[in-house]
Amino acid sequence: MDLKDLYRDVIVDHNRHPRNYRAMPDADRRAEGFNPLCGDRLTLHVKLDGDTIGDVSFEGSGCAISVASASLLTESVKGRSVADAEQLFTTMHEMLTRQDAAVDPASLGKLGALSGVREFPARVKCASLCWHTLDAALHRQAEPVSTEENPAEWP
Amino acid sequence: MNAVSSSTTQRAAAAAPLDVARIRRDFAVLAREVNGKPLAYLDNAASSQRPQVVIDAISRYYETTHANVHRGVHTLSQQATDLYEGARRRLQRFVNARSPREIVFVRGTTEAINLVAQSHGRPSLRAGDEILVSWLEHHANIVPWQMLCEQTGAKLRVIPMTRAGEVDFEAFLGLLSERTRLLALAHVSNALGTVVPVERYIQEARKRGIAVLLDGAQAVPHMKVDVQALDCDFYCFSGHKMCGPTGIGVLYGREALLAAMPPWQGGGDMILAVSFERTVYNELPHKFEAGTPHIAGAIGLAAAVDYLEGLGLDRVAVAEHELLTHATRRLGEIPGITIVGTAARKAAVVSFTLEGVHPHDLGTILDHEGIAIRTGHHCAMPVMEFYGVPATARASFAFYNTHEEVDRLIAGVQVARGMFL
Repeated sequence: MDLKDLYRDVIVDHNRHPRNYRAMPDADRRAEGFNPLCGDRLTLHVKLDGDTIGDVSFEGSGCAISVASASLLTESVKGRSVADAEQLFTTMHEMLTRQDAAVDPASLGKLGALSGVREFPARVKCASLCWHTLDAALHRQAEPVSTEENPAEWP
Repeated sequence: MNAVSSSTTQRAAAAAPLDVARIRRDFAVLAREVNGKPLAYLDNAASSQRPQVVIDAISRYYETTHANVHRGVHTLSQQATDLYEGARRRLQRFVNARSPREIVFVRGTTEAINLVAQSHGRPSLRAGDEILVSWLEHHANIVPWQMLCEQTGAKLRVIPMTRAGEVDFEAFLGLLSERTRLLALAHVSNALGTVVPVERYIQEARKRGIAVLLDGAQAVPHMKVDVQALDCDFYCFSGHKMCGPTGIGVLYGREALLAAMPPWQGGGDMILAVSFERTVYNELPHKFEAGTPHIAGAIGLAAAVDYLEGLGLDRVAVAEHELLTHATRRLGEIPGITIVGTAARKAAVVSFTLEGVHPHDLGTILDHEGIAIRTGHHCAMPVMEFYGVPATARASFAFYNTHEEVDRLIAGVQVARGMFL
């Protein structure tokens, strides 16, 4: 395990300069994510353009992994169809939680930088929180998402 | 026991500082490596490590003596009972309770507080009565009272704290009223290290007939606690933070109060006679120990007490204070560090934030260097909210830690700064 596998340059950069970090008063969908173990919170805003994610942004506070993951998420799902984004959620979830994931990180572009997280079980939830929050936003879930809901992500 | 014989030698040199190099050999785990680096275990406020004498006491019990207690006439059962009840008397002497009947073995501080809330609080509180806690409490000294308030209609009132992380005594006096029934206070804050001057709070409460419970989980491992001198009604602590096993702790209760309280859980061991019409409860403290207790845990805890008293809690406190002073000074030299909790009197806990680096990232980076600290809200979310931070990094020291380990912590924090700034 090398720390550089976790804190890759892309992640450090997105933590330092998070993309799409802003409020969105006219969002169609909004969901909150919460990691009760560390107190991290994030809000994800989505504006739909028909069946396409026209705009997406986030706010909140968190560790470098959670901020970078949310920042990378916004960059990668903007302009995608809702179905595409949901497929990406499944893929990311598999890459983050399964040692035997059949996902080639190289095929995911910048998101592949998060593949090192699965070597640090205590940090998987930091990376996955925003993806669960996106899933909740797309499904109009009213209740905030908690990282404790999915036993697959328990360290 | 080894701890007793070595303690005699050490008492002879009572004024001498602890021989940390020698003490560290009592803790096998301290010699291991983590991520290819020597372990620096600086998470003692979460749970301490155990010396070999404690592990041996537990193993020896299982290897030679185990049977159920308070039951059989056979030899093993009698010997196990003697060890278990001997442990209770050891704990009685440790906190200077008047009688072993005042020592109830529980799973830990959390269970002790829940027991008092449900068995003392629930039958006696009425709607409109008030329970006082302070702002710096651990969740274990908040949530059981909130549950009790829901059950009884009582109100939870919170004594504010100052920026330094000290409980505001004047505000406490202002909150006291004829409706105040119970004061539940941390002796030492787990998140900030503040040592609360509980004596003056107890004095005011006693004058008004208010029951006082102290959460001593963070105090007992680091200072001599005398429940008679404190004059509190209940004192709760956990074994695993004081070099003892997990899953065992103590509720001290004033005998008259314990005697008046109904049992908390029903089952075997807590009864004298059972029929389908009527059950006669057992005497103190067995009334509160339903089911087979954690016999090995109690025996291990008594061994931990022997060990700590062998070192001398006064010398432990001196050694830990030196570690705290060293860590506070060196952390303060790093740009961007804010020490959270600057009370005049602190146990060896230093909570801090580092600008631009989230505590979780710091925790991962330090772990990579073999350094174990706690990061997060430390089960004290109101404290985090007070300071406007979601989390802090917390290094907490025990007598077996070294100044070199503190220096490694400082170096690790510098590595983290380098990565993110």
